[in-house]
Amino acid sequence: MEKQATRDAYGKALVELGRKYSDVVVLDADLSKSTKTADFAKVFPDRFINAGIAEQNMMGMAAGLAASGKVPYASSFAIFATGRAFEIVRNSLAYANLNVKICATHAGLTVGEDGGSHQSVEDLAIMRCIPNITVVAPADGASTRQAVEAIYHHPGPVYLRLGRPAVPVIYDESLNFRIGRGIVLRGGKDATLIGCGIMVAKCLEAADRLRAEGIDVSVVDMHTIKPIDRDLIARKAHETGAILTVEEHSVLGGLGGAVCEVVCEQFPVPVMRMGIKDQFGQSGNPDELLEYYGLTVDMIVANTRILVSKK
Amino acid sequence: MREITESKIQAVEARAAALRRHIISMLGEAGSGHTGGSLSSADIVACLYFWEMKVDPEQPRKPDRDRFVLSKGHAAPVLYAALAEKGFFPVSELNSLRKLGSRLQGHPDMNKLPGVEASTGSLGQGISWAVGMALAEKMNGPDRNRIYALLGDGEIEEGIVWEALMAAAHYKLDNLTVFLDHNRLQIDGLIAEVMSPEPVADKFRAFGWETLAIDGHDVSQIMQALELARSTTGRPTAIIADTVKGKGCSFMENKAEWHGTAPNREQTIQALEELGVSSQRA
Repeated sequence: MEKQATRDAYGKALVELGRKYSDVVVLDADLSKSTKTADFAKVFPDRFINAGIAEQNMMGMAAGLAASGKVPYASSFAIFATGRAFEIVRNSLAYANLNVKICATHAGLTVGEDGGSHQSVEDLAIMRCIPNITVVAPADGASTRQAVEAIYHHPGPVYLRLGRPAVPVIYDESLNFRIGRGIVLRGGKDATLIGCGIMVAKCLEAADRLRAEGIDVSVVDMHTIKPIDRDLIARKAHETGAILTVEEHSVLGGLGGAVCEVVCEQFPVPVMRMGIKDQFGQSGNPDELLEYYGLTVDMIVANTRILVSKK
Repeated sequence: MREITESKIQAVEARAAALRRHIISMLGEAGSGHTGGSLSSADIVACLYFWEMKVDPEQPRKPDRDRFVLSKGHAAPVLYAALAEKGFFPVSELNSLRKLGSRLQGHPDMNKLPGVEASTGSLGQGISWAVGMALAEKMNGPDRNRIYALLGDGEIEEGIVWEALMAAAHYKLDNLTVFLDHNRLQIDGLIAEVMSPEPVADKFRAFGWETLAIDGHDVSQIMQALELARSTTGRPTAIIADTVKGKGCSFMENKAEWHGTAPNREQTIQALEELGVSSQRA
């Protein structure tokens, strides 16, 4: 099975983008070897700005660059890009509605050994609650590659959530990635698994196992958390009668919260939210951590059985 | 080198006086806003818009232009007054300050009002934008356009300001010139008593900036400092302007309480009289 880290796909896609569009500039905060913006820096040193360990100023400079006609891609770890720089993102990028792409890597638990201070469990929630920000969390390297260009053409501030570990490649070049359009990867009428990021591949694996038990589920890659694909959610609620959301993020305010907001108003059905249960992370290797916090194929299968039994 | 003549100085002084009158009227009409810190920077802003900067009110977004970032965004009235005097929008619109639906928001909004280069208000962020703008200009090729910013001396208590100053020196942004409105007061009192940022000039110098100290109400000194900034290469310039909060209005000068208070009807009339406007025309 082919695997690629979404941050690696990002690094490569940025170089391609930089070749295509001369107004693309890239900023980082001393993490370019980890975020992979170093790939761009190598090819376009005059269009790469290291802010040093100063995320707030990085986002403010990005605002000034965007106000001057550039299209800045600004990167750091999710915790710092969205946390440390939150109010600068809110006031200088979102309130001013500037064309800056915040591309944060190392989201969620799979940062690994660095531990809880570095593992953002809340970035989707805080970004989606700010007006004007589009929020995208691609599931694999192939869709990340398309997302990096798609967000270039999407006007306004964008938050792109990427991860550290290598994850299964789900798509190929035939994918027509569109912001705001969830992707139905499996049809099935017993329940719908709606996932984002690294959990989508796990949802697919769970769907195959459930099929063997006679439970036929739909799987949706809901890569765009905002604006979320309300029609697709309502349709799946109507068709399947039960939804399980799965994310490497707190169960509060992220994909699960966004899906609940739609379901409650448009077509109320039971929704179970899988994610990090309002806790901080800790040190460990990425796979151990996912196991410890219950973000596994086994747990998706078990939760789906429970969900379906309650229909 | 531009010639600093007596007539040029007087022309700018006349504009500064006009800015002060507009500031008082618009705040009197609005009933809220930041009087002291708008008045203290009127001479600096007048110099920028009526002597220094290359801007075109007919084409506010023309790429080949200088930019001014009001990092101390609460001084919006002085910016609005300058933009109106320059012709970016009608002077009569100044009376809509802070009203529902107005293009003149409480803090400058670049998406609402032509001539506003940055949406500021949250202190410390504007200077960061200015560094980004200066970087963009450097990327675009040989220096044609200059970037200016105005910081408050309470504002520099925000850490992001120092991140921005560090970056500007690191990237040798000699196309960036920043004024510090050193009126020595913030909301809760003297900056020296609340959270002293002194000695300010030494700090800017330590951060790698060419640092000048002037009387912020002496137009010829402001002009000379701007000339020096233009000829300085390899590092950005900071102009520490010694100013008086509330300058121009005797009962407001040097008083912290005039930071975020607007004059009432009587105070507006009295202030305008001091600024040379008779009550009949107020």
